[in-house]
Amino acid sequence: MIKLTDVHKAFGPNKVLQGVNLTIPSGTSMVIIGGSGTGKSVLLKSVLGLVRPDKGTITLDEVDVTKTDRDAFLARFGMLFQGGALFDSLRVWENVAFRLMRGPKALPKPQARDAAIEKLRRVGLKPDTADLFPAELSGGMQKRVGLARAIAAEPEIIFFDEPTTGLDPIMAGVINDLIREIVTEMGATAMTITHDMSSVRAIADTVAMLHGGVIRWTGPVGEMDATPDPYVQQFIHGRADGPIESVR
Amino acid sequence: MIAHPLASLLANLGRPVLQALAALGRVTLFAGAILGHIVRPPFYLRELGTSLLQIGWFSLPVVGLTAIFTGGALALQIYAGGARFNAEAVVPSIVAIGMARELGPVLGGLMVAARVASSIAAEIGTMKVTEQIDALVTLSTNPLKYLAVPRIVAATLAMPVLVATGDAIGIMGGWLVGITRLDFNSATYLKNTVDFLEPWDIGSGLVKGAVFGFIVALMGCYHGMNSARGAQGVGAATKSAVVSASVLILAANYILTEVFFTS
Repeated sequence: MIKLTDVHKAFGPNKVLQGVNLTIPSGTSMVIIGGSGTGKSVLLKSVLGLVRPDKGTITLDEVDVTKTDRDAFLARFGMLFQGGALFDSLRVWENVAFRLMRGPKALPKPQARDAAIEKLRRVGLKPDTADLFPAELSGGMQKRVGLARAIAAEPEIIFFDEPTTGLDPIMAGVINDLIREIVTEMGATAMTITHDMSSVRAIADTVAMLHGGVIRWTGPVGEMDATPDPYVQQFIHGRADGPIESVR
Repeated sequence: MIAHPLASLLANLGRPVLQALAALGRVTLFAGAILGHIVRPPFYLRELGTSLLQIGWFSLPVVGLTAIFTGGALALQIYAGGARFNAEAVVPSIVAIGMARELGPVLGGLMVAARVASSIAAEIGTMKVTEQIDALVTLSTNPLKYLAVPRIVAATLAMPVLVATGDAIGIMGGWLVGITRLDFNSATYLKNTVDFLEPWDIGSGLVKGAVFGFIVALMGCYHGMNSARGAQGVGAATKSAVVSASVLILAANYILTEVFFTS
């Protein structure tokens, strides 16, 4: 279980997180929604330790993430970055097998390559993609390679940062279905940040809305449409009028 | 309240001094962290090999071309200057000493700074703004160890080899000009070169080369890792890497020359 308690983070005068409280039970898929610039990525990176919160605590299975063995902690995670964040200098299979080839349980190269090709197949990519470089792939393929890399070591917890941004609706649907399937199949805990409502409906068990540096609303995805919260209603229906200012 | 003009002047002088000291502190801490990582596993030998190829092998043409033209021009200048004192015969020895002690390492260092510091800063800066460095962290890989250490070790090892090669090519450039334009006898030119060149002339240049290699890669990695967002941020990081590496090479060259040759 991931638990965030009173998490604050500011960049200079810009107070991004102003007391976030959130619990993500193990084995569930939590989607965090919110407008651009509301701190969704900062929240996610705070859990991973890529951003250090100014105040508050983040625990994983009741252990403070700042006081745990860093390598063991990160070994439990997989992450799909917004732009894929594939390593340009490495071939696709080397990207996917990056973690598998390093550390105390490193696999030999041929075995790591086989495992990478299997993961590529799992995300719908043919084995001949394995020897290409990331720059030779389309945006959708890069996203799928990023997804294959995120699940390569079969992590307990997977983070997805804007998984469908920049993709056409069909490819976005493919990615959403893949995420849902993989999370269910692996029994992983998932945390996704997005402002794509079709992703929310496809991926989420529970939804949390981040606005003004705090979690404004959280609940099961099935209750999202019925909530009277004006912020959630404005966001999910994409209305220009409402409590959320359109000029930020 | 109106600030006293003297206070305002001191503030204007003090601000950049403090900024420069802060930057120096950050670079020193960065270098300290790198040195700590060099001696602790894991070691990324494949990345070290790739860096040796990129920094050493692919810099050979630019270092060689710089050296041959410099050696040739040096021979012409020393001959013209020496003629004022009927000392034209010193051309071979001064070319050799000049190349080995100063021009080989310094010009080689500056050329490698232009080629390598810029490419390291641009590559790492782009990795930073495209979240590849964050991705490394999430894959339990220390970016300093994986990206910076192999490049810095490779540059430190490759630069002395480049300097030695540059020295040889530069001396050959002087010899070519000597025998084709200045009427030197080939055998006499080579004999004078060998007779007057001492091991420390070459050794000091190689030590300088290693220091300059460290500086070049350190500046490339430091500015790349601290790149701001966007194309402008990466561009600024690249520019800062080349400028700072070049200035530090010249400053380090003066200090090393004082240490090596004035005691």
